[in-house]
Amino acid sequence: MDDDILIAQDLKKHFVIGYEGLVNRRPITVKAVDGVSFRVRRGETLGLVGESGSGKSTIAYMAVGMVQPSGGTLTFRGQDLFANGMKRALPLRKEIQIVFQDPGSSLNPRRTIQQILELPLRIHAPGVDPGQEVVRLLDLVDLPPEYMHKYPQMLSGGEKQIVAIARALATNPSLVILDEPTSALDVSVQGKIINLLIRLQRELDLTYLFITHDLSLMRNVASRVAIMYLGKICELADAEEFFQYPQHPYTQMLLSSIPVVSEAEEAVKPKKIISTGEIPSPVNLPVGCSFHTRCPHVMDVCKHVDPVLVETGAGHTVRCHLFEQPVEVTAQSVAVR
Amino acid sequence: MAQPSKVETLAPPITRQYVRQLQRRNRMENLGRGWYKFSRNPLSILGAATVLLVTLLAIFAPWIAPHPEHAAPFTNFAHAHLPPSLEYPFGTDEIGRDILSRVIFGFRLSLWMGVVVLALVVPVGVVLGLIAGYAQGTRLDTIIMRLTDVFLAVPPLILALAIASVLEPNLTNSMVAVSLMWWPWYTRLVYGLASTLRNEFFVSSAETMGASTSHILFRELLPNMISPIFTKMSLDMGWVIIIGSMLSFVGLGVQEPTPALGTMVAKGARFLPDQWWVSIFPALAIVAVVLGFNLLGDGLRDLFAGEEV
Amino acid sequence: MSAPPRLLEVKDLSVHFKVYSGVLKVLDGVNFSVDAGEKVGLVGETGCGKTTTMKAILRILPHPPAIVPKGEILFKGEDILRMKPDQMRRVRGPGISMVFQDPTAALNPVFTIGEQVGPVIRYSSPENRGLSRRQIRQKALVPLQEVALADPERLLDAYPIQLSGGMRQRVCIGMALATNPELLIADEPGTSLDVTIQDQVIRLLGELVERKRTSVILITHSLGVVREMTDRVYVMYAGNMVEVAPTPRLFANPLHPYTRGLMEAVPKLTGGGMAMGIPGRLPSYQHPPPGCRFHTRCPHVMPVCRREKPPLFRVEAGHEVACFLYGPEVERHSSELAA
Repeated sequence: MDDDILIAQDLKKHFVIGYEGLVNRRPITVKAVDGVSFRVRRGETLGLVGESGSGKSTIAYMAVGMVQPSGGTLTFRGQDLFANGMKRALPLRKEIQIVFQDPGSSLNPRRTIQQILELPLRIHAPGVDPGQEVVRLLDLVDLPPEYMHKYPQMLSGGEKQIVAIARALATNPSLVILDEPTSALDVSVQGKIINLLIRLQRELDLTYLFITHDLSLMRNVASRVAIMYLGKICELADAEEFFQYPQHPYTQMLLSSIPVVSEAEEAVKPKKIISTGEIPSPVNLPVGCSFHTRCPHVMDVCKHVDPVLVETGAGHTVRCHLFEQPVEVTAQSVAVR
Repeated sequence: MAQPSKVETLAPPITRQYVRQLQRRNRMENLGRGWYKFSRNPLSILGAATVLLVTLLAIFAPWIAPHPEHAAPFTNFAHAHLPPSLEYPFGTDEIGRDILSRVIFGFRLSLWMGVVVLALVVPVGVVLGLIAGYAQGTRLDTIIMRLTDVFLAVPPLILALAIASVLEPNLTNSMVAVSLMWWPWYTRLVYGLASTLRNEFFVSSAETMGASTSHILFRELLPNMISPIFTKMSLDMGWVIIIGSMLSFVGLGVQEPTPALGTMVAKGARFLPDQWWVSIFPALAIVAVVLGFNLLGDGLRDLFAGEEV
Repeated sequence: MSAPPRLLEVKDLSVHFKVYSGVLKVLDGVNFSVDAGEKVGLVGETGCGKTTTMKAILRILPHPPAIVPKGEILFKGEDILRMKPDQMRRVRGPGISMVFQDPTAALNPVFTIGEQVGPVIRYSSPENRGLSRRQIRQKALVPLQEVALADPERLLDAYPIQLSGGMRQRVCIGMALATNPELLIADEPGTSLDVTIQDQVIRLLGELVERKRTSVILITHSLGVVREMTDRVYVMYAGNMVEVAPTPRLFANPLHPYTRGLMEAVPKLTGGGMAMGIPGRLPSYQHPPPGCRFHTRCPHVMPVCRREKPPLFRVEAGHEVACFLYGPEVERHSSELAA
């Protein structure tokens, strides 16, 4: 579809972290991303949720060219992002930008804000005088122009992240990847950053790929949500649908564990599912469905066969044997509330 | 703190001059803070003062030394082996030359050697270290670092002696010898720093932005290494001076009559213990200047501890 | 003078740090107490002074920059600040124990779990000192079992790096509780962990302290965790306690403008968009604003707030607020504001 900015098709990333065996050196691989497919539509905010080891950050890094996929394709407006391997043409780099999680390390402490913001301008718009542009960028994100001469350490965490956002916008991108943009910040500044992002999306016609582990935050930001577990997408749905009718047991487990601050929120959480056991090591993934070791609804088939994504409603897909037959979801198979 | 309204913030002219003024103010503030930290340690002050004194002596030697002509070919047997006095505060040597003046000129030589060696060694070592560290894991890294290892494997003094003895013994060649054995240490230092720093997100950001490799090496990585490099340079001055002195002690560096501290110690050793001043004062001079640079270097290191990424 | 002393009572504690440009007056008259068997939450954002308070209690503040110009920390009636080192050593461990925020940093990577739990057991009580290695090893299994770690025998010989984050945190909790302390201070025990694991760990902590009748101070910036885990909550801002209440009361009826700001700022699972948060930033500790330290960011600031520092006003049993909105002159209006 024309409207799809980013399309991931069976995307994979396997990292080799070492070798075992003396004679036959078998590589030990971590399947960080193991067959992920999704489409990001123009103007939307696709949320990517998952805990550590889910592969969500790896996907972000692939989108922006930091990591090369081991398999599958990732296309931007029809162009294969890795047609030339890790070399990516400047016009393509300009279109996809990223805001990292930790503003403390994403801004070079030895460079002034001006120098930091000028870099993308000098690379992608070499003829233009960058000074004025920097002022305009700071104005766009509501920071006073005097900040140009400051070093990152002089700014608060929230302000640093705002600079990182301004930097991402300097090249006029179409797609911005936000990798846990507020996780390192206090809750009292989160709102400011998120509202800034929402306003900018509207004003500049941006598309967001929003990554976070915080489901409550996701609820207020995303138009569609995909949840990942150990390298695969478990469930993908429109935000309303995702939070009101979560189907995958992992989604339900996650939603039921969130600490919330009001009775109203408690009421919308699924019934409490106590998660037992550890998250399996990504090196030794369980055979069959990777979630079966912790799943309260585990069946025999789950231990042997990996489920595939099945569409259970308009735009709602789930990867779970409970939904294999595209049959109407019964009250028994889905423990929602 | 309320934000000023939009109209007000766009009003002050963001001229280049305004930018520079603010930058200067920031830098002054940083320097002020740095000086405070530095000045807490009296030893660092002592080191800095010693280095400053020696540098001034070295630069203004012809005007400060009481008998500057004694640094050139000169004999005055009438005043040979005089003990320290008002006219000759450090005494005279076996051919009547004022030791104080020669020591002052000796400083000039030592510092000059240190400056030249570091000026050669630091750029080469740092650039190689940056390249190797950033390219960590690739063949380029291996080539550079194994080359470094080869040079490091040879005992440094032996290497310096070997080179100096093959070449004609003079100042230039002893500087060449010391330079050849010195550069790997900077490569090692910078390699370690660069290979850690390249994993920081600001480097990833520059890469995904499409920045050139030279920008990343010199504008992103290098500024974060300034302090360890400067600290090492300060401590190295002391070492280069010692090695230079060692070379001249064994006759492989500067030749007579040019005053070199090491040569003076060597030549004067046979007059111990009666005419002790001929050997001891140059030796103390070496100690003083090396100690000064070491204390300064320690002070710089403590000063910069915890300032960067 | 008949009531037994409270387990922990921090009275008017001030802590200052001497730095290049002057003095950072971080803690400014902090009052705080914990009774036996209570679970008390301490909520505040980065830089509010909660970790400094805890370090002051354990006397692990770095003493060249830190100065304690006034205040008392009474543990069972005795002032910790004036204790001699060996008295203090007897307090740490069996008296007060701490679980730190980052379990990876809290465990020494070059020693096995057994080598780290062992000394804790050995020095936790005099009768354990003379025991043999094997006996200590047997005893070391107990805290690991208590935190529901599978296969504790094997774990004793494992290195921290072989364990997951959740397991490491559980080991730290086990170690902290191995000395059977009367008071446990848990500093952000779930922050570096995934939500589902954090849930496990927090609930485990809850069960253990119930069983052992240990009191807990739970330090966190997460209001949700506090709501689930604690009996009473203190809200801290810029070195002061601004509100204290029994947990259900605080969430039903937050009074201090900062507390209300925080509650609003938390993204809600029910949706509805994000509030703007609290404008401005933490005041400088070197030149703190006169009067109430929150007044520069407060939507309800009044002239008195700029002049005087508000004391804790009692609004109802157990619920106190350091805010002039709830002072005597405005008492009449407090019911409107509190709604």
